[in-house]
Amino acid sequence: MRIGVFVCHCGSNIAGTVDVVSVAEASKMFPDVVYATDEVYTCSEPGQKAIQDAVREHRLDGVVVASCSPRMHENTFRRAIEKAGLNRYMLEMANIREHVSWIGKDKEKNTFKSTELVHMAVEKLRRNQPLVPKTFEIDKTVLVVGGGVAGIQAALDCADGGLDVILVERESSIGGKMAKLDKTFPTVDCSTCILGPKMVDVAQHPNITLMTSSEVDEVNGYVGNFEVTIRRKATYVNNDLCTGCGLCSAKCPSKKALDKFNEGVGQTTAINIPFPQAIPKKAAIDPEYCIKFTKGKCGVCAKVCPTGAVNYEQQDELKTVKVGAVIAATGYSLFDHTRLEQYGGGRYPDVVTSLQYERMLSASGPTGGHIKRPSNGEEPKNIVFIQCVGSRDKSIDRPYCSGFCCMYTAKQAILTKDHLPDSQSYVFYMDIRAPGKLYDEFTRRAMEEYGARYVRGRVSMVYPKDGKLMVRGADTLAGTQMEVDADLVVLAVGAEAETGAPQLAEKLRISYDKYGFFLEGHPKLRPVETNTAGVFLAGSCQGPKDIPSSVGQGSAAAAKVLALFAKDMLESDPAVAEVNQRRCVGCLKCVRTCPFGAIKEIEARDGSTKAEVIDTVCQGCGICSVTCPHGAIQLKHFTDNQILAEVDALCLSWMDENYA
Amino acid sequence: MPVMDGRELRIVGFLCNWCSYGGADTAGVARFDQPTDLRIVRLPCTGRMDPLFVIKALLSGADGVLVSGCHPRDCHYSEGNFYARRRLEVLKQFLPVTGIDPERFEYTWVSASEGQKWQEVVTKFTERIHTLGPAPVIADAAERLKAANLG
Repeated sequence: MRIGVFVCHCGSNIAGTVDVVSVAEASKMFPDVVYATDEVYTCSEPGQKAIQDAVREHRLDGVVVASCSPRMHENTFRRAIEKAGLNRYMLEMANIREHVSWIGKDKEKNTFKSTELVHMAVEKLRRNQPLVPKTFEIDKTVLVVGGGVAGIQAALDCADGGLDVILVERESSIGGKMAKLDKTFPTVDCSTCILGPKMVDVAQHPNITLMTSSEVDEVNGYVGNFEVTIRRKATYVNNDLCTGCGLCSAKCPSKKALDKFNEGVGQTTAINIPFPQAIPKKAAIDPEYCIKFTKGKCGVCAKVCPTGAVNYEQQDELKTVKVGAVIAATGYSLFDHTRLEQYGGGRYPDVVTSLQYERMLSASGPTGGHIKRPSNGEEPKNIVFIQCVGSRDKSIDRPYCSGFCCMYTAKQAILTKDHLPDSQSYVFYMDIRAPGKLYDEFTRRAMEEYGARYVRGRVSMVYPKDGKLMVRGADTLAGTQMEVDADLVVLAVGAEAETGAPQLAEKLRISYDKYGFFLEGHPKLRPVETNTAGVFLAGSCQGPKDIPSSVGQGSAAAAKVLALFAKDMLESDPAVAEVNQRRCVGCLKCVRTCPFGAIKEIEARDGSTKAEVIDTVCQGCGICSVTCPHGAIQLKHFTDNQILAEVDALCLSWMDENYA
Repeated sequence: MPVMDGRELRIVGFLCNWCSYGGADTAGVARFDQPTDLRIVRLPCTGRMDPLFVIKALLSGADGVLVSGCHPRDCHYSEGNFYARRRLEVLKQFLPVTGIDPERFEYTWVSASEGQKWQEVVTKFTERIHTLGPAPVIADAAERLKAANLG
């Protein structure tokens, strides 16, 4: 074999703490290495060309690139050597940037370590085999999980592109958080007026199947061929019969049910349609408050329903669908404001969350758009907004900035003045984060035109006094303490990962961070992809996002799916398991351990039982290789011999005192 | 890190591609300083991790072996790390029988976002191996490797 080694400077990223010239020089002593050099930027066009020229000139049949992580550029270099006529699997990478130059400053040790990593890569490459991918058919249906604005946008774009879309939403209506907003920043557009038509489009689009009150139960399969089980939770109303007339909720005697859509501001009936613009406009029963369920007697809604849609016996239904790709758009949840006791949330009725306040501002909300103190129904005069409640706070494990709270607080301060011209708003803030088109101008308007008083400082406590709430805080710019007698306190709660997000991630086999937000393929270059092929992200499930970013990501994810489905067949990764039929004794342990059902039982010509791998189904995890008692099943590209050769390269040389 | 001064020891890491290898990358991108002793072998999944690889490394002269994968329930291949956990737990019980100090082997779970955790894991494990010192030479290692079909 003739191997070429290319050691990358990566500007000064590697060359700053690794003597790359010596690494290249030392590489020449490894077996089969006939050519070694260093390049300033191997991934650049001249760098790739240098590899291709060397392959031709030195008749190389394998290439080692010592540079960044293979998770970063393996595909880049695979394509490069392929263009030079080599099989793409005749490449190995030594990760001397993320695993060497960036984590230590001792140049001598780094250089030695880099050389050893090249040695490992060379020994593995010597045992590599050319591999050729196979193609398989795909199901061009896409599953969108979550019917907030990101999911809606993704579903509409995919459907407009001609794909069949299944949109799954946990609640009884789509719309998500945006449907709860009164207005949007920085245009003070009416939220429902811009979201509503999109929701209607979803309901009317011939390519979209909408499944509300539904959740993903189980996910099997792989890109192009996922099999997803969806659980439709019992709503005790037959959606095919319900016309959304609302007679049931008008007659429902249980009128003190928790109004989830209105964030608990006001109460609703046990059977209800969450809001007037709901899509689909179907009633659902909340069994926690329904008298029929709690006491066993009632049944009023069933009696008054003109179409007989109410069914107390309804059970959860499971439905299995086949899809080729999944877009996760599950959104976010709000920080539990009662956790920060100093603000009195949950203790004093006049301390509300920003989303509760939003419902009060909304003309279709429980107060009809009138701002009232929950304690006595009077109009408030002094309103205090406290920012960063559950954001940028290490002590409660929420060190991140939620991004949109500064902006919605400015919007709420402006709307407050519109609603109550005699009111005075105070905003306690840490820093104002308004990086967006017209965003900073908007916060300025809140201060200058609408007279909101911005106080830079944290609030230490909120306590009741003479029917008011005293807000005590610091004004760090003036260097003084200040106290405001507030009638209403609004807590700008931050974003958290949606409840159940980690569980969904585990089903989809994607990663999530410690806060429960889904992990993108690359923070800069693959923001809507995940490391699991065929699974994409949109909106706040990946991290807190405002509406334009969520919509943008929804469209971006849709574009990724459309690009994926532009091909009729997909190529499978050829680094899959393979059974050596002569060594296989037909115990079929591998068949039982394979998580993908990729190994089947066959009958050999002599009538004996053997195992065989279905190439296009195998995902290349290698569990079977370790399970096989006879070493008969090997994962290509990661065979026992290849891994042990790497171990040998590390250990045996180490024992040789003359080495290095 | 005073124990890390002077000569490096031989530590082999087996990391799954999707979580821990990514976590090690994240640690690198964030420039989290780490001891230089560890060399990483990339595997698709810890489910690919044959316990014999550990034995092979330790009999061949490694001073320590560290295996790291995705957190349980978060495996890219659904259940590879469950197999790994069971196999490696058995290995841990079994190592003293082979005459190898089980302290020289550890397995852990680090996700792709946990760069800081990776730094801690590497630093702690390297410190542990340096406290143990270089592994004693096993006289009949070659024969044992042959017996295990690893020669």
